[in-house]
Amino acid sequence: MANLKVNIGNLEFKNPVLTASGTFGFGLEFDDFIDVSALGGIIVKGTTALPREGNPYPRMAETSSGMINAVGLQNKGVEHFIDIIYPLIKGYNTHVIVNVNGSTIEDYIAVTEKLVALEKIPAIELNISCPNVKEGGMAFGTSCASSSAVTAAIRKVWPRTLIVKLSPNVTSIAEIAKSVEAEGADAVSLVNTFLSMAINAETRRPVLSTITGGLSGPCIKPIALRMVWQVAQAVKIPVIGLGGIMDATDAIEFLLAGATAVQVGTANFIDPTTAVRIVEGIEEYLMRHNMEDVGQVIGGLGK
Amino acid sequence: MKKTMLDMRVIRNKRLNPDHFLLELASPKPVSGIRPGQFAEVLVENSPTTFLRRPFSIHFVNEEEKSVELYIKRAGEGTRTLGYLEEGDFVNVILPLGNGFALPSSGKVLLIGGGCGVAPLLYLAKEAHSNHIDCDILIGGKDKDQISESERYSRYGRLHVMTEDGSCGEIGLVTQHPVVQRINDFSAIYCCGPEPMMKAVANMTRNSGVPVYVSLENTMACGIGACLCCVVNTNKGNVCVCTDGPVFKSDVLSNW
Repeated sequence: MANLKVNIGNLEFKNPVLTASGTFGFGLEFDDFIDVSALGGIIVKGTTALPREGNPYPRMAETSSGMINAVGLQNKGVEHFIDIIYPLIKGYNTHVIVNVNGSTIEDYIAVTEKLVALEKIPAIELNISCPNVKEGGMAFGTSCASSSAVTAAIRKVWPRTLIVKLSPNVTSIAEIAKSVEAEGADAVSLVNTFLSMAINAETRRPVLSTITGGLSGPCIKPIALRMVWQVAQAVKIPVIGLGGIMDATDAIEFLLAGATAVQVGTANFIDPTTAVRIVEGIEEYLMRHNMEDVGQVIGGLGK
Repeated sequence: MKKTMLDMRVIRNKRLNPDHFLLELASPKPVSGIRPGQFAEVLVENSPTTFLRRPFSIHFVNEEEKSVELYIKRAGEGTRTLGYLEEGDFVNVILPLGNGFALPSSGKVLLIGGGCGVAPLLYLAKEAHSNHIDCDILIGGKDKDQISESERYSRYGRLHVMTEDGSCGEIGLVTQHPVVQRINDFSAIYCCGPEPMMKAVANMTRNSGVPVYVSLENTMACGIGACLCCVVNTNKGNVCVCTDGPVFKSDVLSNW
């Protein structure tokens, strides 16, 4: 059987397939459908220092081959995560990674410092790219200076693997990636959703309560793929690719572009078994191409 | 019944009226344990503009035949595409989802359905009947075209029909029907239909102490509580219609 193991920072993943934050709940929502432990890792819902109600309904607009969401980081806060959720999910035999959010650098630090005590959280994903909150989120991820500042601050308080999730809503995502790499990020994940909008022509009103939201799904895949390819060439740290991955072929394309691992996001809403099927599909691909190690695919784009 | 994703075979796709059709799907596995008011998420293939699954209330469950019925309104491209399914076609379905209706252990209940909102009430009426709970069923629509399957509802309780133009049953809105004026006779009211109708029923019963359970329909992506898109504001804050609902006691809903 081919080797599917990959390393990000000091952390070994049993396979390169993770689930994207905000699309997989806490894993528990998927227990009826799959063995969550078969995945390389899960990245749980974005967590903030204090509970957040998120944005008013309507929060979602369907588009051709995708969807726009404006959830706005609804979550019950880091203390609820530690007291209630963590005991339920720490038994998963896979890496449970927390997506950390904040409006200020102090907020990000507050969440991270509390997570340090949880030994079954081997990594955090610093979300500097949420497009649906008024303060913080994407505001941090759209300039090199603020991306660096928040990464440096978290690097000081988080001793384990640190992934920084980047926004595609920038002029040069490679420059942002380099700036967080310089501050000690162990990996970057990209892309978060694209700032977008939907209008109801009949009512002549915006579809979303927030007017704009984040576009995800297969419609963004070609752009995400291009950005992953650019970033993989610009940095030395591993890149985790995401954006519209629906099946194993999509995942392989991201690996070829230079991603060490992938995240499955919106596809989880259509078919809750997608991520597990992608693990199987990657294995099948390696066999079909007589490869013994997934490392032979990573960055293996021919010219 | 555990949430399951199934490839289900179309055994009937029947046009009930210009707006609605009945899709009966055979399951490869037993379908026992589905509660009235739960719903299914159906994958729509061959419709390029339909990306997400479509949620539908489960209209009826035939446990022996291992089939479920969905009562579907043609609302857009996705539902129109489902309307073209033929006997023998397969559709991918996730079910059963959501909390469903809870019936009292005894007493009388009133079921009120408007338009497509009748969808979850037929199976609820059957469940009430099986549990020896006396059941009044009030269904309403714009005109006689929107009233279907009267004989099926009549098997499980006293059926009252009302249409806005009087072309079937009595004339007017369901909230004007005499049975709704007798709210204190009932242990609980179950309501599904347009939001203004459900709000009106909730308002009329506000001071009676009779609980009103409403089934909500919000735009959904996942149906399993992962995406947090379908929220409704309640006395506990924003909660998912797909997992905390779709059935809510009306007095927990904010601004109702």
